[in-house]
Amino acid sequence: MDFTLSDEQRMTAEVTAALLADRCTGADLRRLMDSGAALDPVRWRALVEMGLPAAMVPESLGGLGLGEVDLTPVAEQCGFAALPEPLVELAGVAAPLLAALDHPAARAWAGRIAAGEAMAAVGHSCQPFVAGADTADVLVLCRPGEILLLNAETVTLGRQPSIDPFHRLFAVAFDGGDAIAAARGPEADRLAALALDRGALFAAAQGIGLAQRAVDLSAAYAKARVQFGKPIGANQAVKHHLASCQVKIEFARPVVLAAAAQIGQQDIYSRARVSHAKLAALAAADLAGRTAIQVHGAMGYSWATDVHVYLKRVLALTGAWGDEAFHRRRVSARIKGRALDPGQVFAVETA
Amino acid sequence: MRLAYTAEQDAFRAEVRAWLADHVPAERLASFDTAEGFQAHRAWEKVLHGGRWSAVTWPEAYGGRGLDLIRWLIFEEEYWRAGAPGRVGQNGIFLLAPTMMEYGTAEQKARFLPPMASGEEIWAQAWSEPQAGSDLAAVRARATRDGDHYVLNGHKIWSSRAVFADWAFGLFRTDPASERHKGLSLILFKLDAPGVRVVPIQQIDGEAGFAEIFLEDVRSPVDQRLGGEGEGWTVCMATAGFERGLMLRSPARFQAAAARLVALADRRGADAVQEAAVLQAVMDADAYALSIYATASRLIAGGKIGAEASCNKVFWSELDVALYRAALSIKGAEAELTGPTEAADGWMDGYLFSLAGPIYAGANEIQRNIIAERMLGLPKG
Repeated sequence: MDFTLSDEQRMTAEVTAALLADRCTGADLRRLMDSGAALDPVRWRALVEMGLPAAMVPESLGGLGLGEVDLTPVAEQCGFAALPEPLVELAGVAAPLLAALDHPAARAWAGRIAAGEAMAAVGHSCQPFVAGADTADVLVLCRPGEILLLNAETVTLGRQPSIDPFHRLFAVAFDGGDAIAAARGPEADRLAALALDRGALFAAAQGIGLAQRAVDLSAAYAKARVQFGKPIGANQAVKHHLASCQVKIEFARPVVLAAAAQIGQQDIYSRARVSHAKLAALAAADLAGRTAIQVHGAMGYSWATDVHVYLKRVLALTGAWGDEAFHRRRVSARIKGRALDPGQVFAVETA
Repeated sequence: MRLAYTAEQDAFRAEVRAWLADHVPAERLASFDTAEGFQAHRAWEKVLHGGRWSAVTWPEAYGGRGLDLIRWLIFEEEYWRAGAPGRVGQNGIFLLAPTMMEYGTAEQKARFLPPMASGEEIWAQAWSEPQAGSDLAAVRARATRDGDHYVLNGHKIWSSRAVFADWAFGLFRTDPASERHKGLSLILFKLDAPGVRVVPIQQIDGEAGFAEIFLEDVRSPVDQRLGGEGEGWTVCMATAGFERGLMLRSPARFQAAAARLVALADRRGADAVQEAAVLQAVMDADAYALSIYATASRLIAGGKIGAEASCNKVFWSELDVALYRAALSIKGAEAELTGPTEAADGWMDGYLFSLAGPIYAGANEIQRNIIAERMLGLPKG
């Protein structure tokens, strides 16, 4: 039993954080928002050069061969920065899914992603639209009983506006004749289930980062903003709002890390843990996002302050990769279906 | 990161489970806040000590097993799973002892820890005073040096277990000219020493779970001071760190209660609102357990507990209230009944006790101040 991150895992997250602190500031986000472009090529190149898209691609395909636990703290930092580019879904969902498909075209795409030469987006029957489809070279569509590969040139995309300007959602239309069925039947469903869990896990990890960013911005504002002759942060009413957010973060982060460590079980326990992680992290992010607006007062309701950017990312992630009702049902299934005695916290399904 | 028990840890769990199956009393003991129940719980502490299970993280020399915190968590999981009695000795074993290990002299450890482990000497905390509750640094009780003794005078209050306990660890002002956090010392005294008067306070449940302690020229030898003279505040805050952070409330306590809540909802049926509350209670108990496993791993790797201990205290106390409140909702019109059958199921008692959680060990308002000031850097009010 060891519930700690390694020095290497912590360091990767720190390096990511430093890069994003430099290249993904509020001003950077506004510049991209105003331009309407899908990504900032300089920032994207820096992330690719760090090797992040290759993280979860096996070494045999030119990747780094890392796992969910390695990428979770990185995803948290991407959330903290509200990174517009779809790095987390590319590295955490699309690339390992392509690498696991037993089809040469799929593995070739995984290799190209690892090399920083291609991007992919994943459509999934758990959600109506495909995020990041416009920057993808290949689309992977997980449908009941089949996983399809579609060359981006063969599809028609219909933009679906999101409250989060960086959550670029698309309806995808295609002619069935262009699709490659890379998996079918139980194998397709197994890989689709894992893709959903990864999507939910990394959305949760981003939720933790977003929540912390909302709290940090609010704490900084509460120290600087003076009313009645003192910083508003000296008032207990303000302190207690932010402390309640921090408590929620502290008790969501270990759930997210545990979900990352257990995701490979793919059993009733790991699915419930991933769902708990998604619910807890986004609940923390929801509270922190709303509290940030309140602590910033009228400034918080203005376009000029950055807090709404983070709040909108929270709103976008809350329903992504399984909505709240879906994840509550999965936790409920575990609670009703298996023993709950103390000592079951790391339970694994035995055949 | 490896979230699986080793074979040795599994074997340890099996050993604990087998011992508890053989020794846990079949009948629930009377409340330890009654004279009869206190003695029954003291007897249980002796049984636990006989199996060397009363203080598993302590060094073997003092009656423990020298186990790490992961094994402590496993022990606690089995203890709560078995429905074993509440720990009447917890103030000593989980709060005073870790502080004594850090600040006590070799003589103090040899003198006080073994009888603490065996239940022969049960301890109460004597910190709060009528005007010093959340504002603990306002304590006035004085310890005046007289040769090789301190002479203790003052009025302590809200001392849990003090009605029947043997010893107390108290915070006293040793420097009469001092103010606030300075000039305080932690001094141990016997509750039956001449000049000590213990007056029970009836609690919300009608029992005398805590007491006032009046001290009038009570003599305590200087070698019963824990830590240096004037260092009492630092020593107390170390205790408070253990108290809020880890050992006062093990996760298994809430997991066991959550499992009972699920069974209750299953038996009686629950509507959508109650189902949601049950789900949240189970998730929160689980989150608390995961967080404590993470903290335990970090401490084993050489880390320390900081202000996040305050987050723990806020989280477990609030989850506890919500959990018991959900149970009362599910029990519906029968929730208010207090006859023998209802009292035995414990939900109303548990609910009332849960309301103390956000108050004791530092009120949650104070904890939120600590979180805001020390973790988030907000200015003091």
